Amino acid sequence: MASIFAGLTTSHVPAIGAAVDLGKTRDAYWKPVFDGYEFTKRWIQQHQPDVVILVYNDHATAFSLEIIPTFALGCAEQFAPADEGWGPRPVPVVLGHAELAAHIAQSVILDEFDLTIVNKMDVDHGLTVPLSLVFGQPDAWPCRVIPLAVNVVQYPPPTGNRCFNFGRAIARAVASYPQPLRVMIWGTGGMSHQLQGPRAGLINQAFDNHYLDTIGPDPQALVRIQPLEYLREAGSEGIELVMWLLMRGALHERVQVLHRFYHVPASNTAVGHLLLDNQV
Amino acid sequence: MEEQHDYDDIPGTTVFDAERSRRGYQLNMFCMSLMKPENRAAFKADEAEFLKRFAVSAEQAEAVLKRDWNRMIELGGNIYFLAKLFSTDGKSFQYTAAQMTGMSQEQYAQMMLAGGRSPDGNRSKSEWKNRG
Repeated sequence: MASIFAGLTTSHVPAIGAAVDLGKTRDAYWKPVFDGYEFTKRWIQQHQPDVVILVYNDHATAFSLEIIPTFALGCAEQFAPADEGWGPRPVPVVLGHAELAAHIAQSVILDEFDLTIVNKMDVDHGLTVPLSLVFGQPDAWPCRVIPLAVNVVQYPPPTGNRCFNFGRAIARAVASYPQPLRVMIWGTGGMSHQLQGPRAGLINQAFDNHYLDTIGPDPQALVRIQPLEYLREAGSEGIELVMWLLMRGALHERVQVLHRFYHVPASNTAVGHLLLDNQV
Repeated sequence: MEEQHDYDDIPGTTVFDAERSRRGYQLNMFCMSLMKPENRAAFKADEAEFLKRFAVSAEQAEAVLKRDWNRMIELGGNIYFLAKLFSTDGKSFQYTAAQMTGMSQEQYAQMMLAGGRSPDGNRSKSEWKNRG
């Protein structure tokens, strides 16, 4: 049987990808950000996943305003890094796991989570920046990746509660897959940030630190946070944090925090990162 | 009549909801077209002419030509779509964010290095009443 052995959360700031691609990771500005991922980079070499289910949001790249799926599961064999307007990132093609993805799609739809199945999709920085942070710059990504795109561009995104419960359905789907795959789930985006309007630059360190401290031991406290509170407290783009709850829902009630990192700023954004052991 | 929403009270913030998405559809789809190099070239060659390919309003076209980011957002623009436009200009998120706050890019970058804009005093429009 497949099982989810660990979870991970991380921001996916595009400027982090640019820093990797342009060789700036040791610059004074960026070094503290990348140092915060050293533990996880070492850990994952000892705990290699076969598949990562990567929860992220598309940033007007694969999905324009023509079609806006709330949850979209990437079921293709592979996903090309997208040209977001300045050429594709120089990173490897992302290989999917079409069989597990198809199994998940079938399982969660019967479990009453009606997602959108995507058989052709390019993936943007939301998906590739987390891979770069954790795996560096390999010639090929060391595992398969199933993209799970969540709409957070057009309001409202799914609620934290919905995301959490969807995560639980994904865990059930993975557990019923007959092959013994080692699976991780990553929730990306956040933390507090606002990219638009006269309030741009908002960072709420108290909110973020509370979120980092609470999502492991008491996710139910975060599931209750309403959309208005995210917008007001974490900024108009901080609402991406609901994707962390999707990850958390897929883990057991009890998890162990293996690593915690928080840093302000990366460009306009507060960077948060957790590594959670699901085998407690 | 415009519907009222609880999030309308957040100062300096425009939530990209279904109504704004509807109003900004053509503006955002224009921005989306700039993901293709040939469209970027055509736009740079003659911005006003290129905009005619989309059913953007006169106000939206004017805001694009002036690079008035706050006005574009007011008229239904979404920041992730507008990113295609400022990327075409060779500008960054941080440059554009600074523009929208009325700060210089240096001032804005400095604010971020110092921990960002605090939520205190920035949660409700009632707290912004006395701003100039």
